[in-house]
Parts: sequence; structure tokens; C-alpha cells
Amino acid sequence: MTPLTAKTALDRSYLETRCKLIEIAANLDRIERGAEAGAAVSDPRLKLIREGLALLNRTDISTADRAERVQKLFSQEYEQTWSAPNAK
Amino acid sequence: MISRLTDDYERLAHAGCVAVSEPAFWAGFDRGSALSFRDYFRQLTEVEPKRAAQYGIQHFCWLCINAKEAENVALSREVIAMIPEFLDKPNVLGIGEIGLNKNTKNEATIFCEHLELAASRDELILIHTPHLDDKYKGTRMILDMLRNESRIKPERVLVDHAEEHTIKHILDAGYWCGMTLYPITKCTPQRSGGHDRAAWHAAHLREFGGGLGAVEPDGGAGADA
Repeated sequence: MTPLTAKTALDRSYLETRCKLIEIAANLDRIERGAEAGAAVSDPRLKLIREGLALLNRTDISTADRAERVQKLFSQEYEQTWSAPNAK
Repeated sequence: MISRLTDDYERLAHAGCVAVSEPAFWAGFDRGSALSFRDYFRQLTEVEPKRAAQYGIQHFCWLCINAKEAENVALSREVIAMIPEFLDKPNVLGIGEIGLNKNTKNEATIFCEHLELAASRDELILIHTPHLDDKYKGTRMILDMLRNESRIKPERVLVDHAEEHTIKHILDAGYWCGMTLYPITKCTPQRSGGHDRAAWHAAHLREFGGGLGAVEPDGGAGADA
């Protein structure tokens, strides 16, 4: 099975992506316009969202793994040394 | 969440569905005793196969106490001890969906005890990985615990609800990798490629060196909970 060409992928996703960007912009506007916006601005979740947006705009990423990078940004850290109950 | 409307099977049949695989899951509330699970396992192994058959649908199921209720270790152990009574029923596929929810010590303990049961009988295993920010850490913990159980054959294990950051780890370890599609907050059809879903999935498997993959919808009422 052959993946879509880049142009076809863009053709198919352009309007949807545009719409989602506007939704994000509107959500950020709503947060900043809200009562007691100062507390929200310092909320670590908002910081994560801004870091995620910055990740999307990086041009120094050579492989198409933005989704994975954003996923990891929003993930708890895994510690390889954790004690599994069935460790030998 | 258990949600079964009277016309669910009829709609599935109209959509061309010929078989369903129902993992043991949370009831929407924490059950208070092992007897509740006995009734639930009877529902999964006796009642639902008959209901599904009325519409020409084969019903298969998996048995376990799910991770959401595994914080109660004593209850979990009672339930796990009861599971072998049902494992030889004709529609039972194996142990599942076991896994982690909040990546706690108790969840990990009960996950390992399910693995022990599955390994002792060479059962198929269906694994739930946590959602949202718990997923990456939980998936890695699950893979660690699977790796510690040398009797389990990777090709007899499906690690489900994989997303962009966990696919490679699952496939590299040799397990089946399931991608579950949800309506809104998790892995959406759009994320999985929209109308070109099959090609996207094939491309991911190719990118990760081939492997065992499955894509399935989650149509449950709590699918985005």
C-alpha cells in the first residue's frame, strides 16, 4: 500500500488543519480574556501547550516525527530503574 | 464501561460485522465483591454469545479484573483465582484487557499476577495501555514486566491503544501493536490518517521495520472518558 503524496495529504488536510489552528487560537484568547487570567497564564498546562506549539514550528527537525515529540512533551517521565514486581 | 443497548447487535449486523471480541472491563463503578465478577464472567461467556448469535455474530471475550479496579489487591486476587473456571469456555480468547491505568505499584502487582496465570496456561494476552500523560511511562513499564516473564511468547500478546510515541517500543519487542481509534481526545481517525487510514498504518509498520499491527474502533460510551 502506497502512502499519500505530500500534495494530496496537504490538499486533504488543509482546511481541517486551518480550522484546528483557529480553534487553538480561540481557546488561547478565551483563556487570556477570562476572569483571573493571571493564574491561568502561570498554569503549567498552558506552558505545555505553548511548548507544543513551538515544537510544531521548528524547522530544524529533519524527520516527520512532530506528533511523537508532542506526545512525549505531554508524557510522564519513564524511569528505567523502576522496581517491577516480577523483576528477576 | 459496560453499555449494551438492545439494538447494538442488530446495528453491528447491518454494518456487516460478523464477530466481536469483548475484553473484560470496568463497569463504570468499582465492584464490591468477587461474586460480581462471577456474574460478569457468566455474562461474557454465556449470555452475550447467545444474544450475538441471534444476529449471526460470533461473540468472543477476554477475562480479567481490569486495571481500574486493581488498586484493590485482595479483591483482584480473588477474581484472578476464579478466572480459570471460565477459561475453557468456547468463546474465551485469553486474559485481558489487563494493564495499567495510573501506573501504580498495586496495578503493576496485579498485572504481573495476570501474566503468571496467562503464562502458566499459555493463554493469549490482551493489554490495555494507559491514556494521556500516563501512556508513555505505563507502556514502558508494561513492556518491562512482559520482558521479565520469559514463558510468554511475544506473538501471543497484543499491546493495545498504541500512539505515535509508543508504537516503536511495542513493535521492537515483537508484540502485536493495536491502535484504537476514539472520537475526540485520544487517537482520532484524523490522527490515524483519516480516509487513508490503512495506508498510514501500513506506512508506520514499514517505517518501524514491519511488525504485527491491528487497528480497531472504540465505540463504547466511555470511549473518551
